[in-house]
Formats: sequence, structure tokens, C-alpha cells
Amino acid sequence: MGENLIEITDLAKVYSTGEIAVQALRGISAAVRRGEFVAVMGPSGSGKSTLMNILGCLDRPTSGTYVLDGEDVSRLSKDRLAGVRNRKIGFVFQSYNLLPRLTAARNVMLPLLYNGHQRLTDGECYERAVTALESVGLGERVHHKPNELSGGQQQRVAIARALINSPSIILADEPTGNLDTQSSEEIMDLVHQLHDRGSTIVMVTHEPGIADHAQRVIYLLDGQIASDRQNGARRKRGKL
Amino acid sequence: MNLWRTFRVAWEGLTLNKVRSFLTTLGVIIGVGAVIVMMAVSAGAEAEIADQINSLGANLILVMPAFSRGGFGPGMGRPPSLSYDDIGAVAQNVTGINGVSAEQSTNQNVKAGGTTLEDVSVVGTTAGFPDVRDYRVAEGRFLTDEDNERTYKVVVLGHDVAQELFGGQSAVGQSVKIASTKFTVVGVMEEKGVIGNTDYDARAYIPLTVVFSKFTRARFGGDDVRTIYVSAESREMMDGVMSQVSNLLLRRHDADPASPDFNLITQDSIIEAQASTTETFRNLLAWVAGVSLVVGGIGIMNIMLVSVTERTREIGLRQALGARPRDVLLQFLLEAMVLSLIGGVAGVLAGVGGSYAFNELGTMRTEIVSASIPLAFGAAAAVGIFFGYYPASRAAQLDPIEALRRE
Repeated sequence: MGENLIEITDLAKVYSTGEIAVQALRGISAAVRRGEFVAVMGPSGSGKSTLMNILGCLDRPTSGTYVLDGEDVSRLSKDRLAGVRNRKIGFVFQSYNLLPRLTAARNVMLPLLYNGHQRLTDGECYERAVTALESVGLGERVHHKPNELSGGQQQRVAIARALINSPSIILADEPTGNLDTQSSEEIMDLVHQLHDRGSTIVMVTHEPGIADHAQRVIYLLDGQIASDRQNGARRKRGKL
Repeated sequence: MNLWRTFRVAWEGLTLNKVRSFLTTLGVIIGVGAVIVMMAVSAGAEAEIADQINSLGANLILVMPAFSRGGFGPGMGRPPSLSYDDIGAVAQNVTGINGVSAEQSTNQNVKAGGTTLEDVSVVGTTAGFPDVRDYRVAEGRFLTDEDNERTYKVVVLGHDVAQELFGGQSAVGQSVKIASTKFTVVGVMEEKGVIGNTDYDARAYIPLTVVFSKFTRARFGGDDVRTIYVSAESREMMDGVMSQVSNLLLRRHDADPASPDFNLITQDSIIEAQASTTETFRNLLAWVAGVSLVVGGIGIMNIMLVSVTERTREIGLRQALGARPRDVLLQFLLEAMVLSLIGGVAGVLAGVGGSYAFNELGTMRTEIVSASIPLAFGAAAAVGIFFGYYPASRAAQLDPIEALRRE
């Protein structure tokens, strides 16, 4: 395994709706090292959602290659991609995407249900979910349903869910987009903790204040990388 | 994901909306119940008919007048096509028979001492009756040809009628009043019980000619013999007996062989005719029940399509978390199958219970066909798979990106 967790080369994506072909990505090349914390920015229509979908193995590029953790995933079948998402990627969404009828623990356990490699018993699944919830500071909220939790707490449940299969990378899509400033800072604290513990994180945001938490900021414009710079003035944890 | 866990996820999906799940299941319950009840009803009807036919006796040939063309014309006012004398002629001239008789019943009050039995089935018949029906007297004698020729007012009582009128005493030699006429009891029949829907023990037998003269004479054609029963000695002799009877009656009636004024009917031909009508009946019922099962299946498909649409976002999330298309397919297919199988179990219970209820309440004779239970249950499972597959495959083919974006 190389130093780079993610290597993308000449990545392009074309959406063809009837006669019109829309070029969402026009040849992007980049690499993300293990343990790196990268923010992706750009105006709407810049292709950052498309890039995240491809990085998250939810979509396949039209051309170019995507090597994740030493494996070329750009041409895998739907089933294989589902397996890659399950084992290597932890998603954090803007709208949390928790199932309302399940308790926090049951929500966190969801990825384990689809993990065919680890044959865990129900009890082991539950224990791992509780451990994950404790690690995001929600050890007391294991049996609460999403509607009994605040927005910040719901996002922390979602982060616990992203961590449960020990993924290679955490993909966060506007993780603080639905939160107030106070909750946003708490979530970013948590993201910093994960980073400190060695997680690789790629985060999409349009808020410069949030992007400032990252080590490196990639700026997309019209489907191409406009800038890719190390974040010298990186914000420290817990300071606004 | 293993099957058990998928099943639990499917179960959770169903309990999310219990009323809706129940109502959807109801369609299958009714369908499966209908299959079982309908099959029980038609089996009951067949058994009823078989009993009635068999109760006539073995190797029986029925001679019936041909339907007159009716209306005005040459048929008007012609003599009855079968007469009392035909019975004697058949008895005397046809070989290979056990007996010949005719029956004409009328309901009358029967009185003896202080006891009155209302609406007793009084059957006018001839001396051949015990041989035709294989039904003997227990005490005294049966009616004779002389009784008929001289219209003696004599009666042979069924077992129960004798018991009720005379208790433990011997009935023979006593007199009874049928309607307003006094009859002398000459015999009591052995106990025979209920066959088909005829209670033999609750009847009384008097000479056929007495019925004609006392009870049905007033009506037009009251001395028409409606049916002559001829009992052949064996099954092999049936054809010979039939042609003898046919030739004899053609000669006696001076009738045209091409369009005789009577018909010969055997038990076999009745059974055949009944079998084909009951088969039509059974097929019709099976179709009706099958259609209701399909309607139940369409209900499942409908609700599963709604469910897939409502839970698009959940499907997208599960896909993002690693659910393969086949995991999603299985989850929704199992939901549809759980609905239909619960419907199947409840429907079997409802169908069996309903069949019993019909039988017990006496509205209809039903016989539960044991094959109908696995058949109905299997059909329910098949309906679940068939109608659940389309919504499930729609769910499985959802694009996770689109699905996650859906509100």
C-alpha cells in the first residue's frame, strides 16, 4: 500500500440528458495522503457534488481512474461498489439521514448489517454501536430515537455510524450545513478528534470558516481544480 | 446480509404502518379463505348429489315421460304417457329385473288415537317397491298388486311413524287416519335412516292407485305415473333390460321409435350429467376465488409501490451504507412475502373456520378439501413473490444519489 489513500487521474464525468451533454468534471487529478484532512470548496455547479459521489463510490467516472486504498474502483460493478462503500467509506451527510424509527444504537448498527465479511452476532453488533456512540460522546443516548435528539446530537450519531466499520476514509458532505454555530463547532471538534486519531477526512463545504479547519483546501470551478493549497492559517480546535 | 436479518428489517418496515399492513393482508386473507370455502362448498355439493343418487339403489333404470312439446297442438289432451298398467306390463314381460315400481308422494296428516303427525310424506307405490329399493318390511307385509288393483285402504308405516303413533305396541292391524280417510296398517318397514335428503323412516306407504283416487285425482294429470323405477339384476344386464323396456313401451304406446313419448335414464347417466354440472360449478368457484386472490396480490403490489416511493431516501441511505441491489430487492420482496404469508395463514384459518361454520349453521353442506389448504397457501406465497417482485426490483434499481436527494 502506498502513501496515498486516494489517487484520481484525469477524472471526468459527463451527464447526457438527451441531446445535451453536461460536463460535470473535466479531468481532475489529485491525491490524498493517509491521515490527511482535506476540504473541497466551490460554488454550486462547480462539480464538487459529482466529485464526492465518485469518491464515495456512489457513481462511476465517465473516464479516468480512481484508486482507493490501492484498489482501482473506477470500473467496479454495482455490487462490488456497495462492498467498497460498506468497508472503506464512512458517510456523513448534511441532513444526517438517520432512520427515524430506529434508536441511536440501531442506526449506528446499520452498516454492520451489510458487512458480509465480519460475521458478528447481534450482541457484538450492539456492543460495537455502543462503543462508537460513547466515542462521540453519546453514551447516554443509546436508546433515544432521532426525534428525541438535537441536530448536533443527530449528526454525532451519524458520525458514529460512519465510524462503525473502521473505514479508510470519512466523506463529509456539508456536515454542519443544518447546524447552528455552537453545534457546528462541536461537530468540528469531533472531526478534529477523529483526524487526530488518524482518520482520513474529505469534507465538502461552502463555508470558508468551516473549510479553515482542514489542512488542505481544494477549490473547484467549472469541473476543474482552480486551486489546491495547504492551509497555513489552519484553525485550531475549540477556537472560534 | 443474512436472511434472518433481512427478515427482521422487512418486519420492521411492516410494523411501521400496522393498519396499512393489516388492510393489505386482508385482501390475501379473503382470497385464501375464499379458495378454501369455495372448494369446500363445491365438494359438499358433489357429496350431497352423490349421496342422493346412490340412495336410489343400485342398477336402477328410470322411465320418465318425455317432455311434451306443450302449447296447442296434437300433444294437447293426449293420454298420460306412462300409466299404472305400464308398471305391471314391465314386471310381467321384462326379464333380468329385481323389481319394478313407481312412486307418487303427497304430504298428509296422519292420525291414530290421540296422536297426529303433521305433513307426513305419504308415498303411493306398488308391490315391487321393496325389491327396487332393497328395503324390507320388519313386521307384517308390504303392499300387494291386489291392494293396488282394488284400491284397498291399507298402509305400511315407516319405522319412526309406527313408533310415534303406537309406541311399543304392534301397529299391524291397527287403523290410522290419513287426511280424512281410514286406513288399516298391514306392515311396518325396517329401520333405514336418512339417505340423501330422504328420511325413509318418517314415511308411510299406500297403494299408488289410492293416491291417485284420493289425493291427486283432482289435479289435471293426477294419475300420471311420473317415474317408473326398474331395478336390473346386475350391472351387466342393464343394457338388455333397457332395450326390453323400450321395445315393450313403444309397442304399448304405439309410439314412433324416432321420438318415443318416454325416456330411459340410468344412474350412470345422471351421475355423468351431475358430474359435468358440478365440475362447471367447481371451476367457476375456483376462478372466482382465484380472482380474489389475484386482487389481493394487486393490493400488495400497490402498497409496496407506495412503500418504496415513501422510503426512497431510506433505500438510498442503505445503499450508501453498503446494501447491494440484491439486499434491497430481498428486503422488499420479503416484506411482500411476509404480508402474503401472514395473509395465507390467517386465510387458511378463516377458510377452515368459515367452512365449518357454514356446515354447522346448516346453510350449506361443506367438505374441506385437504389439498385446498396447501394449494391456497402456496398460491398466496406465489402471489407475494409475483406481485412483490416488481416493486422490490424498482427499489433495488434506484440510483443511490437520486434516492438520497429525494425529500
